[in-house]
Amino acid sequence: MVTVVHTLLEKKEGVDQGDGWDEWAQGKALIKPPDQLELTEEELKEEFTKILTANNPHAPQNIARYSFKERSYKPISSVDQMAVHFVLEGNLIHVDSEEARRQRARQDQTDGKHWDWTFKLFPEKPAAEAEAEPDEEIPENPKEQKVTNQFNFSERASQTLNNPLRERSCQTEPPPRCNFSATANQWVIYDAYLEELEKQEKNKDKQKTFSAKKEEDKLKKNKMSDDVTKVVKVVKIFERMVNQNTFDDIAQDFKYFEDASDEFREQEGTLLPLWKFQYDKAKRLSVTALCWNKSYQDLFAVGMGSYDFSKQGHGMLLLYTLKNSTCPEFVYPTSSGIMCLHIHDRLSHLVAVGFYDGCVAVFDLKAEEGGAAQPAFKSTAKAGKHTDPVWQVRWQNDDMDNNHNFYSISSDGRVVSWTLIKNELVFSDVIKLSLEGALPECLEVVEQPTCGTSFDFHPKIDFLFLVGTEEGKIHKCSKAYSSQFLETYQAHNMAVDAVKWNQFHPKVFLSCSSDWTVKIWDHTIRTPMFTFDLNSAVGDVAWSPYSSTVFAAVTTDGKVHVFDLSINKYEAICQQPVVAKKKTKLTHIEFNPIHPIIVVGDDRGYVTCFKLSPNLRKKPKEKKGQEVPKGPEVEEAKMEKLLSLLRDKHKT
Amino acid sequence: MAETGEGKKEEADYKRLHSFPLIRHTDMAEEMRVETMELCVTACEKFATNNESAAKMIKESMDKKFGSSWHVVIGEGFGFEVTHEVKNLLYMFFGGSLAVCVWKCS
Repeated sequence: MVTVVHTLLEKKEGVDQGDGWDEWAQGKALIKPPDQLELTEEELKEEFTKILTANNPHAPQNIARYSFKERSYKPISSVDQMAVHFVLEGNLIHVDSEEARRQRARQDQTDGKHWDWTFKLFPEKPAAEAEAEPDEEIPENPKEQKVTNQFNFSERASQTLNNPLRERSCQTEPPPRCNFSATANQWVIYDAYLEELEKQEKNKDKQKTFSAKKEEDKLKKNKMSDDVTKVVKVVKIFERMVNQNTFDDIAQDFKYFEDASDEFREQEGTLLPLWKFQYDKAKRLSVTALCWNKSYQDLFAVGMGSYDFSKQGHGMLLLYTLKNSTCPEFVYPTSSGIMCLHIHDRLSHLVAVGFYDGCVAVFDLKAEEGGAAQPAFKSTAKAGKHTDPVWQVRWQNDDMDNNHNFYSISSDGRVVSWTLIKNELVFSDVIKLSLEGALPECLEVVEQPTCGTSFDFHPKIDFLFLVGTEEGKIHKCSKAYSSQFLETYQAHNMAVDAVKWNQFHPKVFLSCSSDWTVKIWDHTIRTPMFTFDLNSAVGDVAWSPYSSTVFAAVTTDGKVHVFDLSINKYEAICQQPVVAKKKTKLTHIEFNPIHPIIVVGDDRGYVTCFKLSPNLRKKPKEKKGQEVPKGPEVEEAKMEKLLSLLRDKHKT
Repeated sequence: MAETGEGKKEEADYKRLHSFPLIRHTDMAEEMRVETMELCVTACEKFATNNESAAKMIKESMDKKFGSSWHVVIGEGFGFEVTHEVKNLLYMFFGGSLAVCVWKCS
């Protein structure tokens, strides 16, 4: 709808569009026509509104048609508003329509060539082969013709096989979680800090002591940094096992063998050889001292040196154990030959040693491996060492200051007491042995020191001890009196090699000498109780620890003599040569404190171990019905009985 | 007067003594723990007056370094109960009066 404000310049009656058109086409210049209305200005300015709509004014506004269905007149809802003004029928037909095809067909019949030519101008397909095709197509299908476009590419398409789709999904586990709760308050914080500070202080203290300890440990460890030493213990056990296997029969004998033939030999016994101990490096040395360890009864010490004045060389201190006869447990080489040794009764790691050059030393077996070659203590020329070989050393009980001390006796005539104070050996002369009564007529008593060759302390009476000299005298001395002897016994014709107190009877002692005799004494009587002649120089003699009447002696002809006074007062109940070569001299003998074995040393450096047959270990026969008496008192009583017989004899 | 003076001195001493970082509870790995502790100390010292900024700094650094969704609480008095991913919790004291709790939970 177009609303036109049509100012009334020219009023026209009716709607005659033809005239209106002329007006618009021509006019700009105002030419008043003759029949122009005369209007006033106001009337001229009057505005007339004309509304143009698309409605056909000729079309009826409402048409009603008769509906046969409803048998009534019905108004038609929408009236057709189209007014056709002009119709012109054309004579063009579409190329592809039916009529066109029919016409073409009619044309073809009349002139066929004409169509071929037109087709070539407009090829259906762009490719070269395509040109051939329209030729083919046309004769085949002349009715159906496609007019193709030279840009008309034929579509070629193919569809590959689409893989079927599958849904996969995965859900990872969420990281593990846990709850935590706490409270943060001023006091909680404060407390926590206090605790921490305390801990730190404690740690500091600990660290100080720890670092001190660590240093010590480190020092020790540095010495043992060698890998081998870590396996030492295991290796040792292995060695023992191997030895046990090798010497299995000996070990069995040691433990269980009892000579059955003893039953038939009433008063005789035998010695069963067990282990033989030897050390390669000590081959040329002789055994100069033997001592059993009281705490470890399978351990014994062997001193190696030489008795020969002209053949003095180095010496050795060896400690063997019965469990290992192939190799000594401890080896201490020394510069001078060892003449005697003694292991402390209680502190069995201390070994006192006397040397040929007059020194004494104390070895500490517990000391670290590296420095163990050196003795813990050694006497020096300044500090009162002997000037002659030391023949005997003996540990004593600790003195009043709880220092260890031991005594030594030497050929220079001095009996010296040595005390271990801190790191030194402090000596003090106890007795100087002098020749008494040699020249009684002389005004001047010549005080010549005599050579002491052996001594022994009384097991019960601490201050009493015996000294054997080179002249064959035995002096009974006391620690309290330094210049005088309590008693002197004219014991032997030659040097007294050993004096030994009886373990049980307080009055009896034993002495042996190179004059082939062994004598038993009661220290109250000046003459010996028993005298035994052994046909050869006696090297050593020892009481047995289990019986007061049994003792053993070794001689230079390689024999061991075992005596039991309760069985036979005049002869040995066992006389056995124990060495292969006859020239070997036996030098020392010792009984084991608990086992029925003895060790014998000889001058070729061998130490042999023997087991005593039952006859040698006899206890006196008990009368039936009587209680079996045991203990040292019995032994004492036994001895006393013997002695009393003798005393009676003497008296009579 | 002397007493209050001494009191103040003690306080100052205590603060000095107790200002080292003290880890109260953690299940972090060694390296992570050390790093986190240093980070907390740095942040608290930097933003000594503003706990929020310190917490923000810690949280952002932790997110960058160790992965997303860290939570940080800094304060002088609070109680808490949290669910945290295992091996990702640090609870420590610092500066004598500050408590810092850092945990991861996405």
